[in-house]
This record gives sequence, structure tokens and C-alpha cells, in this order.
Amino acid sequence: MHEYSLVEALVTRVEAEAKKRDAIAVHKLSVRVGELSGVDPELFQTAYETFRAGTICAGVPLTLTRVAASWSCPRCRTPIARGAILRCPACDTPGKLDDGSDALTLDGIEMEVP
Amino acid sequence: MCTTCGCGDTELVPVELHEKILAGNDRAARHNREHFLEARVLALNLMGSPGAGKTAVLEATAKAAAAKGWRLGAVSADLATDNDARRLQKAGIPSKAITTGQACHLDAELVHRSLHDFPWRDTDMFFIENVGNLVCPAIYDLGQAANVVVLSVTEGEDKPLKYPVMFNAADLVLLTKCDLVPHLDVELAKIHDALARVMPRPRMIEVSARTGQGMDAWVAWLEELRDGIGLGGADAHAHGHEHSHAHSHEHAHGDERHSHAHSHDGHEHEHGSADHHGHARGGKHDHD
Ligand SMILES: Nc1nc2c(ncn2[C@@H]2O[C@H](COP(=O)(O)OP(=O)(O)O)[C@@H](O)[C@H]2O)c(=O)[nH]1
Ligand SMILES: [Mg+2]
Ligand SMILES: [Zn+2]
Ligand SMILES: [Zn+2]
Ligand SMILES: [Zn+2]
Ligand SMILES: [Zn+2]
Ligand SMILES: [Zn+2]
Ligand SMILES: [Zn+2]
Repeated sequence: MHEYSLVEALVTRVEAEAKKRDAIAVHKLSVRVGELSGVDPELFQTAYETFRAGTICAGVPLTLTRVAASWSCPRCRTPIARGAILRCPACDTPGKLDDGSDALTLDGIEMEVP
Repeated sequence: MCTTCGCGDTELVPVELHEKILAGNDRAARHNREHFLEARVLALNLMGSPGAGKTAVLEATAKAAAAKGWRLGAVSADLATDNDARRLQKAGIPSKAITTGQACHLDAELVHRSLHDFPWRDTDMFFIENVGNLVCPAIYDLGQAANVVVLSVTEGEDKPLKYPVMFNAADLVLLTKCDLVPHLDVELAKIHDALARVMPRPRMIEVSARTGQGMDAWVAWLEELRDGIGLGGADAHAHGHEHSHAHSHEHAHGDERHSHAHSHDGHEHEHGSADHHGHARGGKHDHD
């Protein structure tokens, strides 16, 4: 259940940002979860709802956006079909994972500031 | 808003960050990586299911490495015991347990702390045996030069497809327990095919810790990796390196035997056996 340690890192980051900006409250968080990020979105959401109690994120909704994994050719950009051998169907170059496919990203925080 | 009593209007601001949640771990991993490079140590992150044969393959590596004159070292993640570290020690690899308690993976900070009281600088190759788990260890960079995923022939050919995150992170797959293949229905071609669908540059070496099969290919792979990142040469101790620390715990440099440019900020710092430490030979070194 590494989702808990990830949520902890998330909340710590939000607290630091809120402090930096003298925020009175946090209203919304948005996070993007890549399909190959190693994070189960449901577990992450559940972990967040448990962990946020007593922090600046208590009661703050978290919007998770799932990003499907996709591969393409780094040379000629030809997409590689899902589940296929990871080589470019056009030029045989080894494929490359597209941006976001394996990332877990804190996109933004909506804060209330004085 | 008035800061005295809180009256007046507040403002809602959207703060765009687009920042990796693991950014903190990635920073700590970069720090470890700089240390490994500066000390010319090849660090490897060994991952795989519990029982896949991670410790056994290291035990077998001890024999193969002795012929090369390599000095090995290892830290082993273990939930509660130090059995693996003791096994490795017995096989001739200086080792230490990292007790992880409930944690299901190692992170860069845990590895960093394990370096403080382990003579990792005296090794040529430093193995980090991760927690037995095919899921989350893959997402934590530790500062290693390469990820090696240990998969045993008894685990089923579809494991790479079921755990794509792990196999996608692998630089090499060691297929272990190959001595058992004649007793099983496993089809190695199916494993190759599955790997090609999750690894853009699939690389697999078939080994057996029991019979020693494939150990020469594994050692050759290690050697190639080491030469590839320039850690192989004989003149191991003449280089300069800029490095800054931003962590806030006690930090000892043990016995460095080379001169390095190394600047520290914001943490306590002590040098072990000062005689070996070569700052006088020209390394820039600030302590504040
Ligand atoms: N037949 C056979 N058994 C092995 C081999 N490598 C490991 N094992 C057995 O597999 C079990 C788990 O090995 P271990 O190294 O502790 O796995 P780890 O949990 O991944 O470190 C032990 O009972 C080993 O004896 C091998 O190459 N051949
Ligand atoms: Mg083990
Ligand atoms: Zn192409
Ligand atoms: Zn007022
Ligand atoms: Zn974990
Ligand atoms: Zn350091
Ligand atoms: Zn340190
Ligand atoms: Zn120093």
C-alpha cells in the first residue's frame, strides 16, 4: 500500500505551498495518474480520504484524472498499438512511452488567499 | 484582507504546479547517484517477487565476481529479519539489512541512510536487494545505475504482462531457477514475447544459482554496464566533482580515498578517517 506514502508526500507538498502563499484554506486538488505510474487510482483516492483528516486537506476534494498509457516511435512518431511488440511498425525503432503514461503529477491546487 | 481580525474579502487562486508527487524521492535519488558516481561504484537495484531468487543469485554472483577481482557489497531490504544480509555475508559479500517494517518498497532516503554506516565506497559493485514485491518498488528511483528484475521460471510466463510497471522499469531481466525448466511446463518463448510487449529493449539472461548456468553472461552484462558508464578503467581515483547537499541529517563520508570537489550546505558533516580524504589535493570543499 504505497498509496499511503504517496498521499503523504502529496499532502506535505500542498501544506508547503499553502504556507508559502499564506493561504487561509485549500479548496481543490487535481492529480493526474498515468496508467503505468504504478498507482491504483481507487486506492489512492481511498488513502487520500483517510489521510487528509487533521491536515490542511481535510474535506478538500481530490480530482483524479486517469491518463492511458501509450507508446510511439521516437523517430517517426508512428503510434504503437496497445499490447503490441514495442517496436515501430514503420521503422522498427524501439518504442518510447508517451508523456504522462507513467507519471503521477500534482497538477494544481485551488487556494483561498487573503 | 485585514490581517488583524480577518475581515474583508479573500481570493480564490488556482495554483498550477504540474509537479511529480515523487519529486522529493527523485531529488534524494539524484543525490545517491552522484555519490555512487563520485565513488565509482556501480549500484544496482534488484527487484522481484518474494522467493524469486534475488538473494540466491547474489550468492552465486559472489563466486563469479571473485574471479574478476570485484569487490561486492549489498544492502538487503527485509521486513523484519536480517536473514538475507547474513546469507550474503556468509557468501563473502559485505552486507547489511535495511529493516523496512511495514514498508513495501525501498525509497531513496532509506538507501541513503543505509550508506552512512556501511563501507559502500570500498566496493566496485553495490547491490540493493529491494523488498520482494512486483508492484511499487519500480516507481522509486534509488540512484541506481540500472534496475535488474529477477523473475523465476516457476512464476508463470504472463508475469511481465501482469506487472508492466515493473518490467517496463527493468534494464535487465534475470530469469532464475532455470535448472528447474525440465521439470516444468514453462515455455521460455512465451516469456520473451511478453517482455517484448512491456520493455522497448527487452533483455533477459537465463540463469541458475543452483548450477551456475548463465552466470558468465550476467557477469559480462555487469562488466559492459560498468564500462559503458565509465566506471571500469584502472585510474579510478583522479577526478573532480561538484556536489551539493540539501538534506538535514548527520552525514559521514567514511573513508574516501580520492580527491573530490564537494560542497555541502545545510547539514552536519563529519569525515571518518581523515587521512584518506583527499581534499588537500585540490577538491573544493565548503562546510558552513
Ligand atoms: N532450484 C533452484 N532453486 C533456487 C534457485 N535460486 C533460488 N532458489 C530457491 O528459491 C527460494 C527463494 O530464494 P531466495 O534467494 O531466498 O529468494 P528471494 O526472496 O528473491 O531473495 C530458496 O528456497 C532457494 O533455495 C535456483 O537457481 N534453482
Ligand atoms: Mg532475499
Ligand atoms: Zn518509426
Ligand atoms: Zn479587520
Ligand atoms: Zn511500496
Ligand atoms: Zn551526500
Ligand atoms: Zn547523508
Ligand atoms: Zn566531504
